[in-house]
Amino acid sequence: MAKVLMKGNEAIGEAAMRAGLDAFFGYPITPQSELPEYLSREMPARGKVFVQAESEVAAINMIYGAAGAGARVMTSSSSPGIALKQEGITYIAGSELPCVICSVGRSGPGLGGIQPGQADYYQATKGGGNGDYHLLVYAPANIQEMCDMIMEAFDKADYYRNPVMILADGMIGQMMEPVEFKELKKEREVPAWATTGTEGKRAPNIINSLYLNPEDLEEHNIHLTKKYDEMKEKEEQWEEYNLENAEVICIAYGTTSRIVKNAIETLKDEGINVGLIRPKTLWPFPEKAFKEYPKTAKAILVVEMSTGQMITDVRAFNEGRLPVYFYGRSGGMIPTPEAVVAELRKIIEGGK
Amino acid sequence: MAIVYERSKGLTNAETHYCPGCTHGIAHKLVAESLVELGVLDKAVGVAPVGCSVLAYNYFNCDMQEAAHGRAPAVATGIKRVRPDNIVFSYQGDGDLASIGTAEIVHAAHRSENITVIFINNAIYGMTGGQMAPTTLLGQKTTTSQNGRQLEGQGAPIRIAELLSQVPGAKSVERVSLHNTQNIRKAKQAILKAFKNQIDGKGFSIVECLSTCPTNWGKSPVDAMKWLEENMIPYYPLGVFRTPEEEI
Amino acid sequence: MAKKVDHRFVMAGFGGQGIMSMGMMLTYAGMIENKNVSWLPSYGPEMRGGTANCNVIISDKAVGSPLITTNATCAVVMNQPSLAKFESSVEEGGILLINSSLVENKAERDDIDVYYVPCNEIAVELGNPRVANMIMLGAVLQLTEAVTEDSLPEAFKAVFGAGKEHLLPINKEAIKKGAEFIAKQA
Repeated sequence: MAKVLMKGNEAIGEAAMRAGLDAFFGYPITPQSELPEYLSREMPARGKVFVQAESEVAAINMIYGAAGAGARVMTSSSSPGIALKQEGITYIAGSELPCVICSVGRSGPGLGGIQPGQADYYQATKGGGNGDYHLLVYAPANIQEMCDMIMEAFDKADYYRNPVMILADGMIGQMMEPVEFKELKKEREVPAWATTGTEGKRAPNIINSLYLNPEDLEEHNIHLTKKYDEMKEKEEQWEEYNLENAEVICIAYGTTSRIVKNAIETLKDEGINVGLIRPKTLWPFPEKAFKEYPKTAKAILVVEMSTGQMITDVRAFNEGRLPVYFYGRSGGMIPTPEAVVAELRKIIEGGK
Repeated sequence: MAIVYERSKGLTNAETHYCPGCTHGIAHKLVAESLVELGVLDKAVGVAPVGCSVLAYNYFNCDMQEAAHGRAPAVATGIKRVRPDNIVFSYQGDGDLASIGTAEIVHAAHRSENITVIFINNAIYGMTGGQMAPTTLLGQKTTTSQNGRQLEGQGAPIRIAELLSQVPGAKSVERVSLHNTQNIRKAKQAILKAFKNQIDGKGFSIVECLSTCPTNWGKSPVDAMKWLEENMIPYYPLGVFRTPEEEI
Repeated sequence: MAKKVDHRFVMAGFGGQGIMSMGMMLTYAGMIENKNVSWLPSYGPEMRGGTANCNVIISDKAVGSPLITTNATCAVVMNQPSLAKFESSVEEGGILLINSSLVENKAERDDIDVYYVPCNEIAVELGNPRVANMIMLGAVLQLTEAVTEDSLPEAFKAVFGAGKEHLLPINKEAIKKGAEFIAKQA
């Protein structure tokens, strides 16, 4: 299929439909509203379900119901809306249902602002709902990658029976880039555990996260933990960029990684080598990328569109080996490549 | 020997946890019998609430989903939209439906989701230990209205059937009571009709069932039945509030 | 060896002047010519309040940040407020195109090449005041050669939809007029 130029939010919708999306339940919020708008038009036209819910809370619970009934489902929102969805997300994780949640981040806290932000790293990776659970979290840096990740996300959600999140930001949602959609996968079978009616052929299926007996609940938690361990083993993804002979290693994801790449190119022209580790999965965090640094590396610079969230994970896996510096903008302000270059100079010239 | 009565096939053999004199058991039986009589038990998917009937998924002999508190109508919406051929019902108490879940129930009704809602109104929170519900009567003592519910600051009890009867999408709205045989028979007819509506694709149907909570009311089962009749029915009049035939 | 391609456009004006679609056409044409491209709009209440701007990148290299703040190779300002806001975003030696029909002020900088194009007047002469944005696009392409004329019809169809195909001739004419205006100045 040929490339098309598409807005990020609309591309999410198209990619999800190509992945066999049966139903979408959502609620409008800037900067992701083009996604429900696109799907409100395209889903019914393709014989699929689109419902604009009365709230984010209702939308995520519709997702719970439809996922429990065996459908391939997705919802989307942005920062404060994702906050509202946390209740449903922990129920979905606890009940082991597959679904995809797109989070097109804006800036916070509270109502915050509508310009791009990465201040929902904790929300996505450390959970906002109650209990021991995790989401598999992908962080795309461009629209093509986002579409590829969405196709993958549905399969991973099915494999692990766990919600999967695509964490983008307002910039990726709003911008247009060329994208080529992958071919349709083969028809997905309705899972055997789904509530589709017994048809008198089996015992009732029950979708539930309630375990009143502590022994049973602990056993359930251990079972979930095994899945999360398997994710850590198999699902870590990251990109290494210009790492060889790098004096400083930048750590950045999503939109910010693109800005950092501009900064790296600028310094390369001057003969200064700076590298980038770009986490593509935020949970599991790509721990393996931190096993060994290039011998030339003297420091780490974490760049985020927040006041510093991912840096806690970087520090944890750096284990004190290199000094870790931070540069961030927040509130919808976007770091410029020039500012990142200036930070890197400070570190390299020892002025920091 | 001919069998004249047996446990409904719509119920599992599990022993329920409900208190003696609680009418949840009656409501369960009526729902189960209706599903069997309409021949849709095998296609039924129920949604259990949070509250006393939280374990309903163990009692109904059909596929079940356990919803978060108040969200059963949203969960049922999700199920019905992707499985329109299944018969989907939610079973909710008054804390669940009339307090934390008002947005979900009103909007499911507004969209006229083709589902059946069984609403148990016993004027109190049962599971959490007898706290004031939005349906608690004025003057009624509960653990969070120890001097009796006051109009000022706590408001008047919410009449869900009347409220939903104002929603165009609520195609069938009826209030029944489970306090005596005569009314239980009427309740059965109302529940049967509410499921029949769904089978016929008529849209959103709700049956509000006035129920007892002897434990948290601090009454014997018999006195509880009497209290319901004398106190709840005057405030919550029984009857049909909407039928699918009527347009508003 | 082919010429190095690395264009960074800032385009700004009132909502309704066709700023976004001008940027999209440029982006689409770049994609058709197998360049790396991105289009980034301003969004939110300011769009509804009347001003609109977008950033377009057309490059041989992978697009890094899609946001352009200080190093635009070319800025297009279609109204007065945009001149104040975006004159500073052009890099030294870059190009600033001003719609002189609606912008009374002159540019203040002397380290960039500034062109004044009376887009609305030319469009009116052409018989359709709505194609002022295409007059400007013609001027942009004459100066930057960011994309070739050949890819514009396809880009037009992609951006405006098959239903607007009958407007292609007038738009092509507008692009030609804009280009001619610049060519005459040279």
